[in-house]
Amino acid sequence: MVEQTLHSISLYLPEIVIVVTLCVIIVADLLVKGIKQVAAWIMLAGLFVSGFFVMLQTGTTDSIFYDMAAVDPFAVFFKVLLILTGIFIVLFSMKNTELEEYSTRIGEYYMLFAGMMLGMMMMAGATNLLLMFLALEVTSISSYVLAGYTKKSTRSSEGAMKYIIYGAVSSGIMLYGISLLIGVTASTDIYAINEALNAGTEQTLILNLSVLMIIVGLGFKIAVVPFHFWAPDVYEGSPITIAALLAVASKIAAFALLIRFFSVTFIDSAGLSVTGTWSSIEGIHWDVLLGGMAALAMIVGNLTALRQDNIKRMLAYSSIAHAGYILMGLVILTSEGLTSVMVYLFIYLFMNLGAFYVAILFMNKTGTESIEGYKGFGHRSPLAGVAMTIFLVSLTGLPPTGGFVAKLYIFGAAISAGWIWLVAIAGITTVISLFYYIRVVRNMYFFKPGESDEAITFDTTSKIILFALLIPTLLLGVYFQPVLEFARNSMLMFGF
Amino acid sequence: MEILMNTTIFVPGLSHFLVVSALLFSLGVMAVLSRRNVIMVLMGVELILNSANINLIAFSRFTELSLDGQMIGLFVIIIAAAEAAVALAIILNVYNRFNTINLDEINLLKG
Repeated sequence: MVEQTLHSISLYLPEIVIVVTLCVIIVADLLVKGIKQVAAWIMLAGLFVSGFFVMLQTGTTDSIFYDMAAVDPFAVFFKVLLILTGIFIVLFSMKNTELEEYSTRIGEYYMLFAGMMLGMMMMAGATNLLLMFLALEVTSISSYVLAGYTKKSTRSSEGAMKYIIYGAVSSGIMLYGISLLIGVTASTDIYAINEALNAGTEQTLILNLSVLMIIVGLGFKIAVVPFHFWAPDVYEGSPITIAALLAVASKIAAFALLIRFFSVTFIDSAGLSVTGTWSSIEGIHWDVLLGGMAALAMIVGNLTALRQDNIKRMLAYSSIAHAGYILMGLVILTSEGLTSVMVYLFIYLFMNLGAFYVAILFMNKTGTESIEGYKGFGHRSPLAGVAMTIFLVSLTGLPPTGGFVAKLYIFGAAISAGWIWLVAIAGITTVISLFYYIRVVRNMYFFKPGESDEAITFDTTSKIILFALLIPTLLLGVYFQPVLEFARNSMLMFGF
Repeated sequence: MEILMNTTIFVPGLSHFLVVSALLFSLGVMAVLSRRNVIMVLMGVELILNSANINLIAFSRFTELSLDGQMIGLFVIIIAAAEAAVALAIILNVYNRFNTINLDEINLLKG
């Protein structure tokens, strides 16, 4: 028993480092007064160390803490993505006018951020329904507070309130579903549940109901229609760095959980085949249900984004639409589909964080969140303007950017699995999405700046961060082989 | 009376607990959907969480799930407490900004 625990701890170092970081931030926030941004530096160091330990786990496939969590290439892939996002968000947060007003209590911000990172990393590896629920709640509770961090702003308070109400209700419904699923199958481990389902059970109605309820909770986290109401309000209300974190990291972690849950629980004893099967529970056509949700997300997200003026709100609807595209890969449930999901998430990280970062830069300098207010920015700041154009073109999915490769793979996987109608909807909505992404570009370039408007310049650090996001976005459009290989090798989930 | 107590309907079994928890769940969802006061909505959420707890504990008593169900129940209680604390803090802050906790009157963000 001691050996098992010690062995588990040695494989749990990334998470432990994050917990230690959290504690050190609290202490440093109390004791260290002289150094500026001490919490941010500790957080950054913690993320790098944690990332180092994640890298050490490459190739390991093991189950830890008595089958509570798995350390496998799949989890490592998502943890790498999460830590990358975390590092970028810390860098974004260090120079942000919105957060500067609260600089006396910035320690709380990073402490909660560390808590959220911990929850998300646990989500990537959890193989037990209890741990899945706990990880989801750790992430959620930290993010509720972070969404309301700028508490003097009315919009932030309102956003946080809406977030916690929708979040609490949907996680409550998910917990009820989990309790039913656990009861019917008499086990909490997802592999044992899969076995119990394959052995056959008479409680089809309860099973269907419980999985529907679990989809409510997970659908809320990935912000897919019809569980998307919170996303625009919360993104608009919360500090923009947190909006970026919710749009990227929280979504990546939820997809990791969703993929693991469905691809372990739902497959029949033949394993994850080339054709992809959802045959463990009879009754509802789960693939059609999720496909419908994906289609709705693409339609609603893209159409509603058309008439948004706030950049955060526009990006929120765009992230709903992207959740739809990503969900397409899960609907197929072939190894090709899941690989394309992972490639998409990898590229999505850079392009979406990039779009958010340019928005942050403009907001720091001019204080505007309105797309109408972007008029002339392309002339006032050529670098940021070009960068924003590239990020938005990539989000649309046009070559030669990473977004094109991402969409190509996911559409290709869906076509080869025979989901023509879904791909048709995805293709049409992609064209629609061009309108609202290009509207930002048009505002930046087709209007001359006013007489009194000066050029917007950025310091070297901002430029370096911008290039760190811009280069991968462009490079992945032409040289994506390593990412593809990385994703293919990471398909190995524990137990297969 | 003796005969009545021994009929199967009156011996508490798994289904009785499940019915109670389903009722509690429905009441919670009702409260969430119909109430406009944020505190009342939170009470509804508590009902939902506790109905899940009843389920878990009933299953751990009557099926081969054994102690796992009760353990999860303990965790859920902790989560519910943490969530309630955070929610109340956020609502207090909302009250300070808006002077109301009626969901219909807090509507700056829309579109």
